[in-house]
Amino acid sequence: MMGSGESRGGARPDFAVNLASRYARGTRWRTMFMLSTLLAIFFLCALIVTIVDDAFGYVVMVDEVDQDSLVMDGMRLETMEAPALRTVIAENLSPRRYRALEREKPFSERAQSDLHAVVLTEIVKPQVVATYTLFESLFDRNRIIQENLEANPDGTIIFRSWVTMHFLTDSLTAIPLSTGVMTAIKGTLLTIMITVLFSFPTGIAAAIWLEEYATDNRLNRFIQVNIYNLAGVPSIIYGMLGLAIFVRGMEPITSGSAFGVTSAGEMANGRTVLSAGLTLAILILPVIIINAQEAIRAVPGSLRQSSLAVGATKWQTIWHHVLPASSDRILTGAVLAISRAIGETAPLVVVGASTFLTQDPSSVFAKFTTLPIQIYQWTSRPQSEFRHIAAAAIVVLLALMLSLNAFAIITRNKLRKQKRFG
Amino acid sequence: MMKPEKNALHPEEEPGVLSFGKRPRPQEMIIQAFLIFCAAVSILTTLGIIIVLGTESSAFFREVSLWEFLSGTSWQPTVGEFGILPLLNATIVTSLAAMLVALPLGMGVAIYLAEYASERVRETLKPILEVIAGVPTVVYGYFALTVVTPLLKKLLGEDSVEVYNTLSAGLVMGVLILPLISSMCEDALSSVPRSLREAAYAMGATKLETSTQIIVPAAFSGIAAAFILGLSRAIGETMIVALAAGAGPNFTLNPLKAAETMTGHIVRISGGDISYDSMDYRSLFAIALVLFLVTLTLNMVSRRIVKKYREVYE
Repeated sequence: MMGSGESRGGARPDFAVNLASRYARGTRWRTMFMLSTLLAIFFLCALIVTIVDDAFGYVVMVDEVDQDSLVMDGMRLETMEAPALRTVIAENLSPRRYRALEREKPFSERAQSDLHAVVLTEIVKPQVVATYTLFESLFDRNRIIQENLEANPDGTIIFRSWVTMHFLTDSLTAIPLSTGVMTAIKGTLLTIMITVLFSFPTGIAAAIWLEEYATDNRLNRFIQVNIYNLAGVPSIIYGMLGLAIFVRGMEPITSGSAFGVTSAGEMANGRTVLSAGLTLAILILPVIIINAQEAIRAVPGSLRQSSLAVGATKWQTIWHHVLPASSDRILTGAVLAISRAIGETAPLVVVGASTFLTQDPSSVFAKFTTLPIQIYQWTSRPQSEFRHIAAAAIVVLLALMLSLNAFAIITRNKLRKQKRFG
Repeated sequence: MMKPEKNALHPEEEPGVLSFGKRPRPQEMIIQAFLIFCAAVSILTTLGIIIVLGTESSAFFREVSLWEFLSGTSWQPTVGEFGILPLLNATIVTSLAAMLVALPLGMGVAIYLAEYASERVRETLKPILEVIAGVPTVVYGYFALTVVTPLLKKLLGEDSVEVYNTLSAGLVMGVLILPLISSMCEDALSSVPRSLREAAYAMGATKLETSTQIIVPAAFSGIAAAFILGLSRAIGETMIVALAAGAGPNFTLNPLKAAETMTGHIVRISGGDISYDSMDYRSLFAIALVLFLVTLTLNMVSRRIVKKYREVYE
């Protein structure tokens, strides 16, 4: 409220004629501006609350086969010994399925907990009939219990966290209750590794060239403008580029057949981790270059001049002085770009992420899926269980991005302490 | 102090004689060549985009005339109808909805941060706003589908709102773009010279009058640039529309109905089984070419404007 108090007192009457209403308008609009800011923050909170809301909550389970009908003498499945479980399995499983599981690992060698798991997934087959969100579970508990007493009398209501250790460490399956995201996490990490290996050196080198060597000629100006324009190209266009160049054009290399690697099982046809990683690398390259350029530009010129003055060559100056002095900023910019790459979905769908993988990606020449791809897949399913595992996968994805950023901030602070020049 | 002695590093130099001549340094030349190559990768990328989009879509335009493509009102690859208008229309509807959210809100946030907020408030709010832009877009798609659409259904009537609709996609997209708009607008507002502000205060203007009648008009070009860049971002945005706007082209202006945007169509078709060298495959590149040209033009216009007003004030 600059210039308010003092001018009002000594003002002539005709000057102050509608001053009060002008100030009132000022206050009104000030509130509006503040509200719009609060609204923006409210959206962010709503987003986070929704995800947490969907990642936990009551589920109503109904067993396809009643557990009590399987066990004799009033025993409970959990406490049964291995031999007794073996007979339950032998009696209730179809012979074909029994042989298939026997081939995986003979039943006589399986432990009690393993057998129990087999009984649950193969014979009891618990089904989810209804799911509730966290807030419903917390505040509407009585209604949920009432509803299910009528609708599902033999169902059990349990509180379920959709993010569990099993969810983190298990591979993908088609069943929402037992699926895990390890396949997707491995895919994401492998892809990002390729992206980092390719885009960091290239991006930082390009930034060094543009900031330290490039003279102000037409070519360099064109490169610079071009980089800015590339930064604004929609990510899906990079997906098309990756599809045409890495998946189709360089198929022998990206599928690994040029190196004599033949992927076991299904052929990936160039739709591999390598193609995905390279596509993302091209996508974030402009961002890395622009950030690194800003970091290098922030290094004071006196540092370069003093290094050159004692006889260092240009490259020695850059390698021993400019880069160490700007490493913290370069790192921060690069990590921002990498977290963007982790969240990218559209280009990877176009490049050909697998919608369903039966085995974890083992090498860069394997078929791939990533966390955002799985979120996309699960969100587009209509069943409510998939909505909850999508939320759980979002929690994992955000946690991954958050830990990456935290790591970057810690490393940056460490680098800052070692630095000789602020 | 320094005694001239045989230089171990450069034995060819006479002791006591300093040579300032430029010695060739092969390693540095190699390094420099590598640096140039890396900088040229960006040009290769642009060339790659142009060549890939150009060749595939020229194969497409050999079978479908440009006029048919640009003016056709039906996109049905199965019966050979390739009119981009339904897709373009849906893109425009979602982008406009996004801008209707992002522009007023973004302006409000920018004015608040640049003119009203104290240093401390600004320092805390800006990183929070940046988090909004950092959340993966697929998460926003999830949000649009599971929260905003049911909310719209509750507000506007169960029957009038479809499960997939362009409005909810557009609204959520507006939130995504908001930080971009607000930070660009804030830059524009705070680069207006102090003298203008002080002149307005000296004339007896209130803080609001100074902001809205002096600062905002003075920063108008920057705000316009932010608007154009935000629009370009909205047009290219994919995952939100792929999840929430609907699958299947639909030529409608009603934002409560499902319709597929250009980006949404590309993702849906390429996500399925698609055979190379089919018309389906090529048509995607034709759409991508339109998308590329539109966003590139918008980005260039935006950059041109930003550059221009910078020159005026600095």
